Amino acid sequence: MTSETVVELSEVTKRFGSVQAVAGVSASIPAGRLIGLVGPDGAGKTTLMRIMAGLILPASGRAVVVGHDSADDNESLADDIGYMPQQFGLYEDLTVQENLQLYADLRGVARKKQAETFATLLRLTRLAKFTGRLAGRLSGGMKQKLGLACALMARPKLLLLDEPSVGVDPVSRQDLWAMVEDLLKGGMAVVWATSYLDEAERCSSVFLLSEGKVLYSGAPKKLTDRLEGRSFLLRGIVTQRRKLLADLMEQTFISDAVVHGESIRVVLHEGRSPEELGKLATSLGGKIEAVPPRFEDAFIDLLGGSSSRRSRIAEKMPEVTGSETNIIACDHLTKKFGNFTATDNVSFAVGRGEIFGLLGPNGAGKSTTFKMLCGLLSITEGSATVGGHELLNASKKAKLSLGYMAQKFSLYGLLSVKQNLDFFAGVYGLSGKVKKERIAEVIDAFSLGPFLNSDPAKLSLGYRQRLALACAIMHRPPVLFLDEPTSGVDPITRREFWSHINGFVSKGMTVMVTTHFMEEAEYCDRIGLMYAAKIIALDTPDALKKGAQQGPEEPTMEEAFIHLIKQQEEQQI
Amino acid sequence: MNIIRLMALMRKESLQIVRDPAAIAIAFVLPVLLLILFSTAISLDIKQIPIALVQKSTSTRAASLAAAFTGTKYFKVTVVRNKKVVVDPLIANEINGFVEIPGDFDQKLASGDIDGLIHIVTDASQPNTAAFVSNYARMVVSTWVASHVSGLAASPVAITSRVWFNPDVESKNFLVPGAIGIVMTMIGTLLTALVIAREWERGSMEALLSTPARSAEILVGKMLPYFILGLITTLFAAGLAQWVFNVPMRGSWFALLSLSAAFLLPALAQGLLISTLAKNQFIASVLALLSAFLPAFLLSGFLFEIDSMPTVIQWFTALLAVKYYIIGLQTVFIAGDVWSLFLPNIGFMLLIGAVMMFLAKLKTPTRLE
Repeated sequence: MTSETVVELSEVTKRFGSVQAVAGVSASIPAGRLIGLVGPDGAGKTTLMRIMAGLILPASGRAVVVGHDSADDNESLADDIGYMPQQFGLYEDLTVQENLQLYADLRGVARKKQAETFATLLRLTRLAKFTGRLAGRLSGGMKQKLGLACALMARPKLLLLDEPSVGVDPVSRQDLWAMVEDLLKGGMAVVWATSYLDEAERCSSVFLLSEGKVLYSGAPKKLTDRLEGRSFLLRGIVTQRRKLLADLMEQTFISDAVVHGESIRVVLHEGRSPEELGKLATSLGGKIEAVPPRFEDAFIDLLGGSSSRRSRIAEKMPEVTGSETNIIACDHLTKKFGNFTATDNVSFAVGRGEIFGLLGPNGAGKSTTFKMLCGLLSITEGSATVGGHELLNASKKAKLSLGYMAQKFSLYGLLSVKQNLDFFAGVYGLSGKVKKERIAEVIDAFSLGPFLNSDPAKLSLGYRQRLALACAIMHRPPVLFLDEPTSGVDPITRREFWSHINGFVSKGMTVMVTTHFMEEAEYCDRIGLMYAAKIIALDTPDALKKGAQQGPEEPTMEEAFIHLIKQQEEQQI
Repeated sequence: MNIIRLMALMRKESLQIVRDPAAIAIAFVLPVLLLILFSTAISLDIKQIPIALVQKSTSTRAASLAAAFTGTKYFKVTVVRNKKVVVDPLIANEINGFVEIPGDFDQKLASGDIDGLIHIVTDASQPNTAAFVSNYARMVVSTWVASHVSGLAASPVAITSRVWFNPDVESKNFLVPGAIGIVMTMIGTLLTALVIAREWERGSMEALLSTPARSAEILVGKMLPYFILGLITTLFAAGLAQWVFNVPMRGSWFALLSLSAAFLLPALAQGLLISTLAKNQFIASVLALLSAFLPAFLLSGFLFEIDSMPTVIQWFTALLAVKYYIIGLQTVFIAGDVWSLFLPNIGFMLLIGAVMMFLAKLKTPTRLE
């Protein structure tokens, strides 16, 4: 049974306009296995999924799925597959039970067997208590579980899941994994598309996609093993580790380096001995410690190592000065939308030159808190100051002292790159010679030169990100707000982005960032964990992890998060 | 066609209709609003147009003619002696025209100069009203002449006119059935176009297409609930028209429902066609308004008579299902069951519907592109 091939792709291509979404992919997927389709945003994952679901025809090549050629008849193909698109495919105005009923009938589950099937699915998803609730009123994680339940209703031979864990809190994510593992035992083949590299490690085999091509296929462990003996943690250097990071990246023997809590995680180039790094560490008063390689290390290495260097724009910035110690402070901040409390009694303070992260699943209240601090939402109760200005009565002044990069790029699609820069410089009150200088500065620093007359929407995600960041910092704000800045971005671009942030911070800028991405949390000085509108923990990443430690091994940020949420829920009972 | 899948899709659609405030508003609130509007606020009837009468002659005969003017039901007459005082009210739109009885009225009458007997000045910035004032003023004069001046133009045969079907010539009696046609256009075309576009927007169409459901099942499962909703709205609106707004309905409910059922086919097909072209709600609603709602308002004969449109436009209206429907509706209400008119109209609607359905089926995707 396990040797049976469920999907056979041969030289599949697909092009949308000028974008080559899939460029000659060949793959073979056996039954009973979990296959990861891994890659950054725009790598072609969704297109490949849709080709396998028979929803899109390949321009050339052949896709044989469960014995059906997808070009012949996608209607009989549909009998044998389950597909969960990125947007769930649920009907938000139907209840949980009604959604299950609809998909059971559509997928031909016999009436007699339905009650039993529903009972099993509701138990697995832990949604039994919510059968009468409208799907639109479920949390992101619950929706995702219900979507999965609907997709696997008829026990298909192939289950296609497109980014099933986006916006799902860590607890629901565990449920999802448990459900999928259960299915694999039954001989189903599951394809799991994801841009999270930590998820890829759990698959029995992965296809690593980049720009429509397969860069690597095989067991993730095999790719990671190539890096054995090359990953290290640089410990014991508490001060100026961001400046040190920039120095490290200029060393020829280092392939990749990122901030990891109070340490720095370093990956060496192939063939370089750790002695050089050890010497460097000793000279700085720290020490190195060998750590097991991660999939992300291997991914970066496969793409030729991190290319990010010192941030040129940060070097040109003057030191931010001032007398206040707490640049951002909020006191019992509360926001209510009708009966719904989005932010509940949140208090914290952020000092100068600090990176403060708000971490939490979608819907936890991060963005709401953020928008209040940026003066975009009114405050229901409590108070907040930004750059020494009270938001309630001096929100204009507070707004001028901050730069804001929204979650969805707030760039104007009808204006060219140059026009966007002009516009944002003007909006933030720059004019004349200063305006010209600053625009020239960001164009140079972010290499926007070749794209000045392009439409921002046509740029790659990485360049759009650069442009959005450029627009937010031209007026040199002392405080920078970043709302989910690297969501969906590949690790290479993410590193480049953070090299700028690190640069700004070493000049005394204060950065506040929201993320649902656990890895990114490690880059912050301190993290506020948000869950269900409240901050349930606030500390440095290392302290949070240590606090959640139960065994001999240091837990990951995600494990720490799950631990804290469970603790919180127990306290409430 | 699998009955279980079809029933599942229809049940889902019906639940969504019941829970969608916009659908309920279009089906049950819009008819009430339109009926109120067309039965009370908007009227094409002409009553009590303000005019002035410049009476320069003081003779008894002139006074008698002036009295004939003041006595009419359609004019609200202000009598003055001097032409100068009427100019300002005319410019200010306080009166729609004036009639002048000249100083030599008696002489003209004696010489038999009927045409030059009075001067009529009208405000042509409102052409319909101006034409009415002029025609009706002439009629007043000729009636007066006929009865007061022996031997002059006394017509040998008395002409009496009778209006059939709508004896009070009340415009609401034909506007209200037309309004029902507008509501049905909204339900059939706008609502279906929107709900399918919504499925594309929310990604549920992608999930539906990946299930074993056939595209024909998806289409029929979408259309049947709206078809039934349309018929319920027809009954609701017709009941409202009859019993609340006192519009008499002379034909049968059966004829009314047959016409509505026949009209819903092209209307729904048009909605489907739009939704296959536009996969977002905004474009779908603009297309539906332009291609269904505006023609239903302007070109269906609802407000403007088709006979008085330019010939090319008249040909074009032959392609509009809503035209056949509104003529049918007006007939059911005002005249009664005239099957010799209904049957060909129903035939045309079904034909247009079949063509659109064919186009929609041709364009309906079984894949995402």
